[in-house]
Amino acid sequence: MPSQEVSALLNPDVEKQSDIDAEIEALRSAARREGAQPGSQHSPHPRRDYAPYRSSILRHPKQSPIEITDPEAAELYGPVFGVSDVAALDADLTRQHRGEPLGERITVTGRILDRHGRPIRGQLVEIWQANASGRYAHQRDQHPAPLDPNFTGVGRCLTDGDGRYQFTTIKPGPYPWRNHLNAWRPAHIHFSLFGTAFTQRLITQMYFPGDPLFRYDPIYQSVVDDAARERLVAAYDHDLSSPEWSLGYRWDIVLDGPAATLFEPGDSNGAGL
Amino acid sequence: MTAEPNTPATLPVTPSQTVGPFYGYALPFARGGEMAPASHPDAVTVHGYVLDGAGLPIPDALLEFWQAGPDGSRTGAPGSLRSDQTTGVLLGRDHTRFTGFGRVATDADGHYALRTLIPAALGASAPYLSVCVFARGLLHHLYSRVYFSDLESANAADPLLASLEPRRRATLIAQSEGARTYRFDVRIQGGDGDEADAETVFLTFPMG
Repeated sequence: MPSQEVSALLNPDVEKQSDIDAEIEALRSAARREGAQPGSQHSPHPRRDYAPYRSSILRHPKQSPIEITDPEAAELYGPVFGVSDVAALDADLTRQHRGEPLGERITVTGRILDRHGRPIRGQLVEIWQANASGRYAHQRDQHPAPLDPNFTGVGRCLTDGDGRYQFTTIKPGPYPWRNHLNAWRPAHIHFSLFGTAFTQRLITQMYFPGDPLFRYDPIYQSVVDDAARERLVAAYDHDLSSPEWSLGYRWDIVLDGPAATLFEPGDSNGAGL
Repeated sequence: MTAEPNTPATLPVTPSQTVGPFYGYALPFARGGEMAPASHPDAVTVHGYVLDGAGLPIPDALLEFWQAGPDGSRTGAPGSLRSDQTTGVLLGRDHTRFTGFGRVATDADGHYALRTLIPAALGASAPYLSVCVFARGLLHHLYSRVYFSDLESANAADPLLASLEPRRRATLIAQSEGARTYRFDVRIQGGDGDEADAETVFLTFPMG
């Protein structure tokens, strides 16, 4: 793409939400038409070249990836983590400072599974998020919302024997960003996940049900498949809420592939390559 | 939930979303790029730039490396992060175990550096590091591999390298700069035409 066209697309003070909306709708309609074709199998993941998210324009490959089918590939194994990598309080984002953070205290929990429904056990889960005012404790976030001295917004834990993770945190606020004029991100928590193979690596974002900003957000909308996009939204779970204490959200995560998975030694479900 | 080995892979996958710009206080950890012990005589440095489609460095990219050990072990080891039990601060690895995992964010120049040990060859492949690329603007991470330019005969027999035309093959080979240092750039998007810099070869794996 010639650089003049790119710079026209990268002027966040000029482009209107209605322009972005029209692009989002066009790409979603195209995906629906494609999905209706017999035998179509599109990926649940976002397209990397999703122009409504302007930063993707120069940051996606143009060539197709090369498929690796080598059963000896290192990528079929993956990093492991242990109790030394995670401290007990790392999973409670409300207790990492002297005082308590402002905001709505929440519990976020769920299971991490592979596509066969097998739990991902003892694996590292990392999260980061804005505070209740929508401000990140990051020097590059300078928008005029207050920092909270009692909230950093970083957590980590290891999954248990059922593949379950759990965090106590506060509900993050929505925040503005410079994709286009009046661009706002729906409230979300960033999640980083490992499976048993490096090919299962996933970084994604968890959203909250009923957010009015969903339809305007090109990052959320970059998942063009309607059902797949909704899998990014946690469910409010009243049974998980604690009286006089916190509200509960449940979000299960399913990691992609590989076709041949490895198993922990002694795992009764193990089948080898 | 108990699944039998032959249970079909039917659960719908959770989609990816970009790492965004604000991971810097969450994901990088102390000495994340120092996979090799500080004084290890066989340690090599791999460094370079992560570049966008305009050839500009990307200051908000995060690279993760995963590899076999020098002995061919692919099981890795815990202890890359090591969270301090008193303060929750990440101390980083203590170098008593080779964990096989490294994580480095690019700096303001879009530059990264990794110190590691060259892995053993696996199967018919030449030794390589697996690299996973995350960045603001990148909606789904990318996999690539780092091969080493001075392992010429092993590289010549590597099935992946052999399948690529020379210009693309070169994007996977870290060039020796002497003194056990290699240069490896990641170009997320290539320019147009033959004269333009080649886009890094990215990899995909068959999904179940």
